[in-house]
Parts: sequence; structure tokens; C-alpha cells
Amino acid sequence: MENVDSIYTGEENGEEKVNYLTNGFSVKSWLLTKDHKRIAIMYLISVSVFFLLGGIFAGLIRLELLTPASDLMESGSYNRVFTAHGVIMVFFYLIPAIPAVLGNFLLPIMIGAKDLAFPRINLLSLYIYWVGGALTLFALMQGGVDTGWTFYTPYSTTFSNSFVMLVGLGIFVNGFSSILTGLNFIVTTHTMRAPGMTWFRLPLFVWAHYATSLVMILGTPVIAITVLLLAVERLTQTGIFDPALGGDPILFQHLFWFYSHPAVYIMILPSMGVISELISNFSRKKIFGYEFIAFSSIAIAVFGFLVWGHHMFVSGQSIYAGLVFSFLTMVVAVPSAIKVFNWTATLYKGSISYDTPMLYALGFLGLFLVGGLTGLFLGAIGLTVHVTDTYFVVAHFHYVMVGGTVLGYLGGIHYWWPKMTGKMYSEFWGRISAMLVFIGFNLTFFPQFILGYQGMPRRYAAYPEEFQVLNIFSTAGASVLGIGMTLPVIYLVGSLISGKDAGPNPWVLPGLEWRTSSPPPTFNFEKTPVVTWEAYSFGEESGLDFEEARRESTVSPTV
Amino acid sequence: MQDTSWVPLFPEGASTFAWQVDALYFYLIAVSAFFAIIVVAAVFYFFVRYRETEKFATPPEIHGSIPLELFWSFVPFVISMTIFLGGAVVYYNQYTPPEDTMEIFVVGKQWMWKIQHGTGQREINELHVPVNRKVKLTMTTEDVLHDFFIPAFRTKADVVPGRYTSLWFEATKPGKYRLFCAEYCGLNHSGMGGWVYVMEQKDFDNWLAGNLSNQTPVQQGEDLFTNKLGCASCHAGGQNQRGAVLEGIFGKEVKLVGGQTVIADEDYIRNSILNPAGQVVEGYQPIMPTFKGQVTEEQLVALVAYIKSLSGQSGAATAAPAAAPASNAATAAPANTAGAGR
Repeated sequence: MENVDSIYTGEENGEEKVNYLTNGFSVKSWLLTKDHKRIAIMYLISVSVFFLLGGIFAGLIRLELLTPASDLMESGSYNRVFTAHGVIMVFFYLIPAIPAVLGNFLLPIMIGAKDLAFPRINLLSLYIYWVGGALTLFALMQGGVDTGWTFYTPYSTTFSNSFVMLVGLGIFVNGFSSILTGLNFIVTTHTMRAPGMTWFRLPLFVWAHYATSLVMILGTPVIAITVLLLAVERLTQTGIFDPALGGDPILFQHLFWFYSHPAVYIMILPSMGVISELISNFSRKKIFGYEFIAFSSIAIAVFGFLVWGHHMFVSGQSIYAGLVFSFLTMVVAVPSAIKVFNWTATLYKGSISYDTPMLYALGFLGLFLVGGLTGLFLGAIGLTVHVTDTYFVVAHFHYVMVGGTVLGYLGGIHYWWPKMTGKMYSEFWGRISAMLVFIGFNLTFFPQFILGYQGMPRRYAAYPEEFQVLNIFSTAGASVLGIGMTLPVIYLVGSLISGKDAGPNPWVLPGLEWRTSSPPPTFNFEKTPVVTWEAYSFGEESGLDFEEARRESTVSPTV
Repeated sequence: MQDTSWVPLFPEGASTFAWQVDALYFYLIAVSAFFAIIVVAAVFYFFVRYRETEKFATPPEIHGSIPLELFWSFVPFVISMTIFLGGAVVYYNQYTPPEDTMEIFVVGKQWMWKIQHGTGQREINELHVPVNRKVKLTMTTEDVLHDFFIPAFRTKADVVPGRYTSLWFEATKPGKYRLFCAEYCGLNHSGMGGWVYVMEQKDFDNWLAGNLSNQTPVQQGEDLFTNKLGCASCHAGGQNQRGAVLEGIFGKEVKLVGGQTVIADEDYIRNSILNPAGQVVEGYQPIMPTFKGQVTEEQLVALVAYIKSLSGQSGAATAAPAAAPASNAATAAPANTAGAGR
């Protein structure tokens, strides 16, 4: 079978071939690289640092909330801590995490390309991310910012005595990194697919990133404009948002959410792409309803631009606007439901393994289900009046952002780790950490739904005593979650030193990324692959010899 | 009004629409449980039933099913529409004040709530209201955004600088309920709260009697209007005066220079005091000076109450058939944007 030609073992005549990691060891060979895989690795390290920082701030928040009084920190520090947590996690972890790390590494390989369409722009986007991140970290070290990550006016423009402009500049700069990544993905997907890689043979991971990229390039300029207007008002006292100067504070909220709601889809869509890969590959079945999952991503990207007003149901916008936004919010729930049903149906009659990435996918399904369904609570406008700005909202978006995005990210990192590094990690510790994350997460955030309905407002350094018991549960859960999230750092790094060699295709899967050596060579494939099979094809037409793999297999089923 | 006190960890409800919000909440829990149980049961069944029995198996291919896709797109859509309609009805009730309300003025400021009753009594971080009486809060703020949130009443509204927002409720049970600020407002945000006391009418009357005030907002406004600010020199004196006639205008449509019209609501009056050149009434010269910086939010509230009283709207504890209530929110935005444009 001719397609087997494209599988390389990484060894030729007993000699190790050069791969992207061994192709140059100097610092310069990394910092000036145009290789999308090296850029992805540098992104991986960077977002991990930001995730760790954001996680430390989260820990401080939970510690402070262990007791009703603001005793660990006074409220000024608490306000800075929750703002830092939000800004770092949203702009420097959640938005770049999956596209810039996994998307960067895999999108070209999955479509059979040598690199992204614009390798230099790709490197530039990393540098822009670093500059934006450095500005923000510098502002945090100077004393931070106390506006919340939402920067609502007129507090942020006129009243806050903190480093609003510096953090704003960091976010402004960082936005261009998103725009360039999105641009690169769109052009690459259009122009660099290998022969035979038609649109409907693309892995759903690529479809998800394509949809994400559309949102990135259309939405991100709006936050740039908004931050710029904020700067103009703060520095020159021109009335834009501040009513004392003749401006309108609600205008800021419209502009802010016009970006920041679609940004939620920048965070969740790539994760949905990862989950489609995991569920299909680890049940060894073609995904159920490929076209419906692909187009639901596009539908989410489009409708995502029409629902920003559901963040403003109690802000004083007209009640008719509120009703329209509530209606559209209900509509956007449907494509997400379609995805969940298709993922479930994919499992039917599969051959399901319980390997670590699949456990993360299972965890995602559970948590995203809760996150999505509580989204309906918040779309039901009469109910939102009661629960908005309470812990109900905090719990909801953590179920979507952590349960959805972070679990997808961790699942993806585990799934492609053998490809990225050539090494297998400890399956035992992988499963332990996946379970700890799931349990710790639920213990942390489920009580917050109840707190929210009871009326505990968010962003409170001190709270009435009747809320303490549930807050203790939440803080206890956060420590379990912390351990679950720290373990992968240890055993993944450990695998680099003592991990078994993964081989090109440890799970015998059909995707193009499994048809090159691990780690891949600098230009991904020895020769351009020709695609003759559908996505997620486990049949004969995939060109893989499953019989042989079964005969030679030394591993036993996981259950 | 269903009794929910048996539900564990459930907050007390004490307003006429608390049970509606709770009913919507229970409906959503039922819908969520329905979908969650189906999906979780299916996933667990498949995980156990179809767990791998040999490595690298090649199970049968299934491509998908159009009827199934249509089915599970259509069913969630229909259910989400029922949720939308339920939410819309409750929201309309929450945000559409009835006509016969007792009006109370609220001014938020970092970090306290200043409240004034129509009869003149003032209180800070406490709100006393009678039970079974429709109460409408007309709210603004001296500085940043705040949000007036009473969990037991299941309602809240942002308080926005530069305009009036409103919130209404009818308490159903005497008692003491928490009041929070729910929109982040800086350093002491979590300290900006207090209590709402719902009292029997006679206790409320006693409370009012025990907190006698010198002046009602209308009287205060009249004092400002005729003496302290001197508005009367142009605005009182019939058709030939220099300033627009204020008698009987409240809630009516006013013709502006340039042919536009605007409803003379609270926001319009407030804007006309602070930014008089913005929306000049037809037939008058734009000669009124601005009072921005010379009047506080509380004085503005009093002036608005007085001008309303000139149209037979007391703004006090009696009936207040105001402009179609929804139009407050609807006209606020354009009025303000117009202000920003100059």
C-alpha cells in the first residue's frame, strides 16, 4: 500500500535521524527559528509559566475566602489579586493556550504541510505575546491593577489608582499576537493542504481552529480599539465613557463584550476540536456526524458575535435589547448541544480505551455538560437578574473555561506528548492526575452554584458568615485541584529523562501526525504525503496494517 | 407563592416575583437533569459496554445519521425556546414597574447607599419598606457603577452614573433581608451593603413618624428651585417667561429645536439641568447656563421630584402614573448618547 511510505520510524540504517529538536542546540537556533514546532514548544513553556502564576493567584483567592473576614489580605490587595488572576488566565493562558501550542504544532502536520504559511509572522506573534506578557507582569510587580479583568468604566478611567494603562497596553499589544496567529491558520488551511486533503477530510481539530481564527481576526481589533479609547479618556480627559465628561459608561460594556464574548469561543472552540480528536481516536471510530460537528463550530463562531448583550442584562440597557440577546443566547446553545450528542454517539460500538487522554475527554464531557447547561440558566433572562454578578456566574464560567478549555488542553497535551517529545509518560500517574483534577474541580466549583443562588456576590473580599461552610468546601477542592494540576508537570518533565520511546505511532492511529516520526523532522514529512483516506478512518483504506499491529502488540487492553 | 423553605441550602424568597424566579430555576434544573442523565448514562453505558477488548481493534464504521441529527437539533431548540419564553415573562415582570408605586430615591456612592423616602426620611445602608406595597426605587450614583441587589427579592439593577435606573418590588413577608452591592466598585466593594427591613404597614408608619424629617424631596426641590438655585426666575411665570414651561410636561412628548421629540422623563430633566444646550425645547433660546458641578445627585433627585410634582406627579408615597415605565430604559440611552456627542 503506497500510503505506508509516509510512515517513518525515525531511524534509518540504525542511525538516529535529525528531528526538529536535534536540529540545532544553540539559543539562537531557538529564538530565531521559523519552525512552527519549536515556536509551539516556546509557547508551551510560556503559557505554562502564566498558568502557574494565575494558579498561584487563584490559590490566594481561595485562601482568603476560607474565612468570612478579609484577614489574609486587606480588600485592596484582594482586588488586585483577583484582577491579576483574571487578566493572566484570560489573556495569557486561555486565549493562546490551545491555538498557540497545540494548533501551532499540529495544524501544519495534520494537513500535510511543511510549516505554517507565514513562518516569520508566526515567530513575530510569539515575540508580541512576550512583549504583552512582560508589560503586564511589569505592571503587576509595580503594584498591579484593581479594576477586575473587565475594566468597567468609569472606575477604570477616573477612579482607579492603579496601573490600568500599563496592563491595558499589555493586553493591546498581546491582541496582535492573536490576530497574527489567526491569520496564519486561515491562510495555511486554505493554501497548504496536502494533495488529497480535501476540506471534508480535515481533522475536526483543524475545523475548530479555522473557526477560532475567524473570531480572532474579526473580534480582537475591537478590544484593541476599546483599550485605546480607554487610554485616550484616561490620559486626555476626553469624554468617551465617563458621564462626568459627557461620555457613556454603558458604551464601554458594549465594546468590551463585543470582543470578550466571542473571546469565550476563542477559548472553547479549540478545546472542542481536541475533544473530537480524542473521542474518535480513543474509541477507534470515525466521528459520528462529521459535517455537523464541523459546521457547528462555524455556527458557534458566527452566532458568538451576536450575544454580547447577555453580559449586560441588568446594566440598564433597554429591556427589549435584553430580550433579543436572551433569544440569541438560547439559539447559540444548540450547536454546542449538537456536538455533545455527536461525541456521545461516536462511542457507540467503539473500542474504547481508558488511556489518560480519554479520561480527560470523559472529564471534559461531564464538566462541559454542567457548564453548558448552567449557561441556559444564565440565558434565561428573568433568572439571570437574580444570579448575575454572583458566584453562580463564577461557577458557570469556570465549568466552561477550566472544565472545557483546561481539560481539553491537558487531554491534548497528553495525547500529543509522545509526538512532540518522542517519549511516553507514566500512564499510571496520568490517570491519577486526570481523576484528581476532575474531583478537585467539582469540589471547588459546584458549591459556588449554590452560593450564587443564595446571593453571594462575586469580587467580595469579605462575606457574610452564612456563606462560610460552602466556601470551605470550595477551598478544600481547590487544594485537590492544585495537586492534580501540578502532577503532570512532574511526570511529563520526568518522561523526558526516563520515558520509553514512543515510536511514530504508539496508538496505531490514522491521522497524518501519526504518519511521521516522533519527534517529527523539521519539515514534518520526508516527502509530501498524499491523502487517500477520510478523517478518522480505521478501515483498510487508511493504509494502516492493524492486523500486524495487533499481532506485534505487547501492551494489553487498559481494562 | 410556593413554600420553598423545605429545600436545603435554598435562600428565602420574600417578593411577589421570588416564586417566579424560583419556578424558572426549578424548571431549568429539571431540564438540565433530563439532558445530563441521558448523556451521562449513555456515556457510561458505552464506556463499559464497548471498552476495548483487544488493542488496536477496528470496530465497524458508522458515519452518522441525518434524522438523528435533526432530532437532537430540534428538541434542544424547542426546549431552549420554552426557557427563553419563561425567562422573558419573569424579566418583564421584574423590570416593568406598575403604576401605583411608592417611590424611594437611592444614591450610591463609594461605599454606601444613601436612601431618601418620598416623605423626606433619609437612611444609609438600610431600607425600610412596608409589606405588600409596591415600591419603586429610582437610583443613580455619584461616582462609579454600583448594583442594588436584594437576594430575597430575587432582583437587582445596576446603578449608573449620569442617568436614572429603576428597580421595583413588592415584599411579601416582614423581616430583615440582606442588601448587597453586586457591581464591583473598588476598594471596599464587599463592605457596601446593609439590610432591607420589611415591616407591617402600621410598624412602617410608626417608623416614619419616629424619623421625622424637615422636608420631603418635593419641598426640598421647591426650595432649590425658587430660592437656592434661582430656577424660578426664568421657569415660573407663565407663557412669556424666558425658560420653558415646566408645568404639566412630565411624561409628555416635548418638541425640540431641530424637529426631534423626546419624552420628558427623569433622565431628560436631569440632562437638561446639567447640559441645558443639549436638547432645547422648541421656541426657546439656548441661554440657560449649566448647573453641572453646582448641584449634587441628591439635590438633582429633589429637583426632579419637584418638577414631577408640577405635573401632578407627587413622587411621594402616592400614585405615580409615570411615563410608560419601559420608556425610561429605552430613552435613557439615546438621550445620553446625544449628550456625549457634543
